[in-house]
Parts: sequence; structure tokens; C-alpha cells
Amino acid sequence: MRPQSYVSQRSPEGEGTGCAFQGISRDARSRRALASIRAPSLANPKSMTNLFLIQLLNGVQLGILLFLVAAGLTLVFGIMDFINLAHGVQYMAGAYFVATFTALTGSFFWGLALTLPAALVFGLVLEFLLFRHLYARDHLDQVLATFGLILMFNEGVKMLWGAAPLSVPVPELLSGSVPLIGTLRYPVFRLAIIVAGLAIALGLYLLVNHTRTGMRLRAGATNRGMLSALGVDVGQLFMVVFGFGAMLAGFAGAMVSPILSVEPGMGDGILILTFVVIVIGGIGSIRGAFVAAILVGCVDTLGRIFGPILLRSLLEPAAAAQTGRTLAPMLIYILMAAVLFFRPSGLFPAKG
Amino acid sequence: MAVATEGNQGAAAQPARIRIGPAFVLFAAFALLPLIALALGEPFFLVVLARIIIFAIAALSLDIILGYGGMVSFGHAAFIGLGAYAVGIAAAHGLTDFLAQAAIAIIVSGLFALVTGAISLRTRGVYFIMITLAFGQMAFFFMVSLSAYGGDDGLTLPARSTLLGQPILTSNIAFYYLCLAILVGFFLFSRAMIGARFGRVLRGIRDNSDRMRAIGFAPLRYQLAAYCIAGSMAGIAGALLANQAEFVAPAYMSWQRSGELIIMVVLGGIGTLTGPVLGAVAFILLEEALARLSEHWKFALGFCLILIVLFTRGGLMGGLRRLSGGAGHG
Repeated sequence: MRPQSYVSQRSPEGEGTGCAFQGISRDARSRRALASIRAPSLANPKSMTNLFLIQLLNGVQLGILLFLVAAGLTLVFGIMDFINLAHGVQYMAGAYFVATFTALTGSFFWGLALTLPAALVFGLVLEFLLFRHLYARDHLDQVLATFGLILMFNEGVKMLWGAAPLSVPVPELLSGSVPLIGTLRYPVFRLAIIVAGLAIALGLYLLVNHTRTGMRLRAGATNRGMLSALGVDVGQLFMVVFGFGAMLAGFAGAMVSPILSVEPGMGDGILILTFVVIVIGGIGSIRGAFVAAILVGCVDTLGRIFGPILLRSLLEPAAAAQTGRTLAPMLIYILMAAVLFFRPSGLFPAKG
Repeated sequence: MAVATEGNQGAAAQPARIRIGPAFVLFAAFALLPLIALALGEPFFLVVLARIIIFAIAALSLDIILGYGGMVSFGHAAFIGLGAYAVGIAAAHGLTDFLAQAAIAIIVSGLFALVTGAISLRTRGVYFIMITLAFGQMAFFFMVSLSAYGGDDGLTLPARSTLLGQPILTSNIAFYYLCLAILVGFFLFSRAMIGARFGRVLRGIRDNSDRMRAIGFAPLRYQLAAYCIAGSMAGIAGALLANQAEFVAPAYMSWQRSGELIIMVVLGGIGTLTGPVLGAVAFILLEEALARLSEHWKFALGFCLILIVLFTRGGLMGGLRRLSGGAGHG
């Protein structure tokens, strides 16, 4: 098995995007088939290095996506102490918007340009209709209402677009692959996701750390009551954060739509991974979300590939394969448990 | 953690004895309904009834930590799944007696509760909700990747469990009454536990854990004990569910199932013991009714849920209490 094959084929399931997505997919058979495609040969150390590089890039790419979704969510949690399970719905909405707009305009970039304002409006409408009535409620009410929202929207997209997955073609400009080192190639579109995500992370860093709005955000995450007493309209600030977070999640959904299938419930799996990211990073901390997202993305992706390989040096091959397959999807949760055991408020807690 | 709703505020000030009247009426109805269903020639109704009882057990166990302990756990379905897999895996290895399987289910789900609870309870508020959710997912993915026992596709039981060597549970009627007996047993056990010193300390911690610590109680120990007891009870519900469907799958422990359990508790009335049972009845009947009306019933369910959160307080038990003049604590 030559390493190129890991990236040259693009299955509708989005092979290699981050295996966490496959854990969520219901199609077990294709997942098993993929696992057998992936099994690398130990004989060639060079292929191992190449495999490691490819998977590291895949891990970073998954981490970037998780960061885009987590950035808005962590501020919503941090500032308003509001638990929003429906954030995955905004990710899903972004994917469906881009699928629809791309089909209408015939261009992915026009579709993306229309998706961003649509995702923003979608988030603001939800905030206006439902979320602002829940801020004063306890967590249980918030969990229930946003859970109801997930049920509604997962079923709603089925009613509007049908239960069958939609696919979005990779734009011409970003198709194909580029050479990295030697014979190693990587798809342009995945690199584009990484670059776009890093650019947004940089923008967020500047916004949060070097602007007045960012100062208010940080103040709100540390002590909302004090900020309000100083004369800042926290309700308005929160609406801005919420709309912005919805747009980022929608952007993430739009960016993965060409490499994953767009289907009802696609936001649920990413939501739970995002929770893990936020808990590890510390609620309300953008920096924590970034570090934790990359960490979770890499641990999950690399763990699935190299866990069984490492175990093979300790166990029988068959037992190693089984144990590795069983342990790998649990790795990020074990990581989370370990982080929380030593730091119950995450790596970078926002509340002082 | 602020989960005290109108229904349970000041519950600690109320007499520790929980009224048994409404629950008794409910259980009497449960005992009679199968006979009516058989007389009407509707054996399918018996299947629905058994499901209701099983989920009532699970919801009851969740309310011990959610309502009385103030711990919003979003991973309770994991215990159901572990209990179900205890039956499935034991049966696959030839251990078919229900009592032995139930003992394994209790031990496995109790141990899982002990380990995950000890870590989760170090945190508060939103963190706790997210961690229990993540642990639930961890158990889910473990079972999905456990290909020796079916993995994603699940595991079909060769037959229902035997009871003391007798295959009497193959009869739907006998199985139903076993479920009902376990529900009544758990109800009485929970009632005694909540009324006892342990339950009072638990409610005290829910209302103000700092004060409880100040008067010399260690909150973590009581919360963890309640978490383990609730987990074991849900494990039994899972063992029954596996027998009812004669099938075990990771879907039993999906996070949506955990959400549904919370809905049952809140729908019926959080912080009461009869409430979760009523909530399970209402939820399963609603599910059955909506599913017959349209394949998109989940849309309506989600919408109902939002309306319930925005416009009702105290659930069905709260409504009953208001009707009966505000007295009593079911």
C-alpha cells in the first residue's frame, strides 16, 4: 500500500478527514473497509513517516474545524453561562446552505459567500426567537429547549432536503493535490481548510486581544455582572457573539461539505467533540479552544492509525488490532478525563 | 448547580415521607392494564406497556441524581446500555439466568458510575453536563467498536433469560409483571432512601452544598453514592430492555436516549418519585401516537419540548399538585 493512496482517493464519506467523523457515520461496513485500506505495512519505515505526516495534517485539519465550531460556543458558555446544544445545528445549517447555494449559483465560492450572511441571520433569528428567553433559566431548561431544537432541525432538514446525503463538488480551483515532500501529495482543498482556519484563528486573536469589543468579551467571560455594572449592554454584546459564533460554525459546515456528505444529524457528532474541546481548553477561553482543538484533532486521528501499530509491539497482532480499534475512539475522552482530573476547569480557565 | 425548580424548592422543608397514594393508583393501573389489553385482543399493547415500565425505571433512577441530587447528568443512557450488554454478553457465553445477569449488570454499571462519577463530580455546572455527555459517548463508541459482540450491528439474544432455570420469561405476561415488580420495588427503595438521613443530606447538598460542608458533611461522598445507586438501577432497566427486545445495540446508549430520559423526568415532574413514572408513560405514548401520525414526528416532539420548557413549570406532577390544591409531595 503506497502512502499516496491515502489521499488520492476521495470517498463520499470523506476518508481521512478526521476519523471522528467516521465514528459518527452509521455505515459500519464502509468504515471497516476503510480500516483495512488504512492498515499500513510496517516493513517500510519511509512509508511510516509519510503516513505520519499525512495523518498529522489530517489531525490538524480536524482540529481547525473543531476550533471554528468551538470558538463561538466557548464564548456563549463563558459569557452567558448558557449551554447551547443546538450549536451543531448551525454547523449543519452551514453545510446545507452551501449545498443549496452552490447548486443555485453553480459556484462553490458564490455559495460560500451567500452562506456566511445566511448563517449569521439564522443564528440571530434563533437568538431572538428562543435563546434570549432562556438566559435567565437554569441549565436543565437550557439543555431541554436546545435539545428540542436539535430534534426539530434534524427532522426539518429531512423534510426540506430529504434524508439522503447531499454532496457538494470540490471547486475546480482547489481540486487536485500538491506535492509536499518527495512523492508525498496532499489534497489542495484540505490545505485550503487549514489555511482558512488559521487565518480566522489569527483574526479572532487580534479581535479578542486588541480591540475594544474583544476587551468586553474577555471581561464578560471573567465577570459578567461587573461588566454590566460598568455600563456595557451585555445583552447586545451577547447577540453579537452569538451571531458571530453561528457564522463561524456555519463556515466550518460549509468548508467540510465538499469532503463529507451533507446529511441530517451531521452536527451531533461534531457538537460532542466540540464539548470535549471546550472542556479541555477551559470554558470561555479562545486560546484554550484553539490549543485543545488541535490537540483533540491530532490525538483522535493519530490514535486511530498508530494506536493499533504501537500495540502490536506489545500484544498479538489480532489482539492488538482489536484492542486498538476499541481504545482509539475512546482516546479523546480519556484525555479529557485526565486533563480534568488535574485541572477541573480546563487548561486555560477564563474565570479568574 | 441551580436545578431547583418551583417543584422542588423548599422540598427539604417538607415532611420527609413521600406520599404513596398517587403512585399506588398508578401501579394498580399498571397491574390491571395487561388484563384489559388481553381481553381486547391487543397483545401489541403489552409490548408498549413493558417498554413504558422499563423506561419508568430508568427515569426514576435518573431523578434520584437529577431531581434530588441536583446533578444534571447527560449520560444516563450509558448505564442502560451497559446493563443491556451485560445480558447480551453473558448470554453469548451461556450464562442465561436473569438473576446472575442482573447481578453483573448492577456491578458493571455501578463500577462505571463509580469511576466516571468520581471524575465528573470534581466539576460543576456546565462542565458536569458536558463531561457526563462525553463519558456517555465514550461508552457508546466502545460498544460500537467492540466487534466481537456485534459492534455497530448489535447482538441478538438467543432467547430471553431464564429465571431460576425456568424459561418463564418467554411469556410476555410473566415478563411484564417481573418488570412491574422491579419498578415497584425500586420505587419503595427510593422512597425509603430519599426519606432517610442519606436522602436528606443529598437534598441539602442540592440546595446549598457550602452549608452542608460547613455543618460537617462531605458532599462528594453522598453525591457519588447517589450516582452509583442511580447508575446500577439504570443498569437493571437495561437488562430488562435487552430481554424485552431480545436484542442489544449501541443505539441504546446514544446521547439522544439520555436526552429523552431527561425529558421524561422533567415532563413528569422533577424532584418527585411518581413524576418520572408518569413522564415515561406520557413520553412513550406521545412517541407512539406521533409516530403513527407522521414519519416526521420528531419535529413535533422537539417543538412540544420547547413549548413545555418555555411555558410550563413543575411538569405533570406540578399540574396535578396545582389541581389538588397545592398540598403534598408525590
